[in-house]
Amino acid sequence: MIAFFMFISTSAIIAQNDGHETSETDVPWDVEVAENEFKAGEMIIEHITDSYEWHIMTIGHTHVSIPLPIMLYDEGKFHFFMSSVFHHHDTYNGYFISHNDMNAGKLVKSGLDGQEIRPTLDFSFTKNVLAIFISCFIMIWVFISVAKSYKRREGQAPKGLQSFLEPIIIFVRDDIAKASIGEKNYRKYLPFLLTIFFFIFLNNLMGIVPFFPGGANVTGNIGVTAVLALFTFAITTFSGNKNYWVHIINTPGVPWWLKIPVPLMPIVEIMGIFTKPFVLMVRLFANISAGHIIILGFISLIFIFGEIVEGAGYGVAVISVGFSIFMDILELLVAFIQAYVFTLLSALYFGMAIEEAHH
Amino acid sequence: MSLINPGFGLVIWMTIAFGILLWILAKFAWPAITDALAEREKSIEEALLSADNARKAMEELKHSNEELLNEAKDQRDAILKEARALKENMINEAKDKAQEAADKIVESARERIESDKKAALVDIKNTIATYSIEIAEKILREELKDKKQQTAYAEKLLKETTLN
Repeated sequence: MIAFFMFISTSAIIAQNDGHETSETDVPWDVEVAENEFKAGEMIIEHITDSYEWHIMTIGHTHVSIPLPIMLYDEGKFHFFMSSVFHHHDTYNGYFISHNDMNAGKLVKSGLDGQEIRPTLDFSFTKNVLAIFISCFIMIWVFISVAKSYKRREGQAPKGLQSFLEPIIIFVRDDIAKASIGEKNYRKYLPFLLTIFFFIFLNNLMGIVPFFPGGANVTGNIGVTAVLALFTFAITTFSGNKNYWVHIINTPGVPWWLKIPVPLMPIVEIMGIFTKPFVLMVRLFANISAGHIIILGFISLIFIFGEIVEGAGYGVAVISVGFSIFMDILELLVAFIQAYVFTLLSALYFGMAIEEAHH
Repeated sequence: MSLINPGFGLVIWMTIAFGILLWILAKFAWPAITDALAEREKSIEEALLSADNARKAMEELKHSNEELLNEAKDQRDAILKEARALKENMINEAKDKAQEAADKIVESARERIESDKKAALVDIKNTIATYSIEIAEKILREELKDKKQQTAYAEKLLKETTLN
């Protein structure tokens, strides 16, 4: 398995290098066909993982991409350089982009025994970070302008963007916050719920758009979903009242022998505190990534068949594009559903944390 | 799989970015929006309530109007009925009076005719009497033109008178 991946990685590196060289020096394309083979798996992983630059498109052999700053802290030293250095060099200061299984796409350097070593801290401003900043900027701009229009058009019917977002805001407020947390306490959690809902929804949608500033797989990145889940976890834990903790330590309605002498229930409940946000993280990540993998898979079919016979590629393209459109529409639905589910479950956890005893 | 290997940098950046986003929106966007929504919902509810009240008042007004209208109709009907009765009465009375007057006229005419007739008859009788006397006088005069006859007649009359 590892050997297989190694093979793929090495051949990919060679292919890439040649690609860059040609674009720079106009050396004729003289790589062996086998090494330039289209590899669907790599292409897909490359598209759904984070990257140090934002690749927009390739025209001929020229790569059009936005270079992004790489920031490393390693062995007591800070390293700052642009990702564009890898257009000319394989390695820079000993660092190179790994194609190995676990670190694929990440910056590593070679250890003494040939192992790839990650830098101590990698703060690089990657594609996903840029995408996150773009979507944050969009959200701030959109919602502050909407808030302004509420002030400007006080007591009047909503208009434009305001009327588009208002039903969604009311949906989050009434069907998620009020329904899960309760009329009394929902107000405190509403800003967070609205923010995660729109953040996830916007990034899911931007992920479907195949070109800049969309195309980054933000909500399909486990780091991003982990942070979102961590926020939910932190809020749940900090707003947990006495009743919530009593429920965990001494669950009512459970036979005593499940608690003493072996505290089985408390252990399960304490695990539950962590599995809840963990599941949130995995669900969002897996759903969004899976959707992207399927779409990219359909697109890959075109090139796989196209490599065998050119005509077959065109033939398959018709079917593949059809399926991709179908998947894209499904993804639109999933974009909303996943944002809804994440927000709803977060709200349910908050509701549980502040529930008063009523037995 | 690198897919499930979260990048440390991304996690840090995401935490910062999302934290800032949450802070800015929670401070500048959401309160304004949710307050405005609540405000508007309240005003809509109030407007609906007042509209409902207005509708009820309207209905009441309509109801009372209808009552008034019905009353007016009834009154009109009563007046009309009365007027009709009055009219009929008047006509009948007039008819009666006219009949009476006509009868009276006819009666008096008849009486007049009767009296005139009588008067005429009396007149005729008188005239006839006068004429008869005149005729008798003329006849007598004719008959008693000569002395002889006069004496004869006087004797005759005397005879008759003494006989009686």
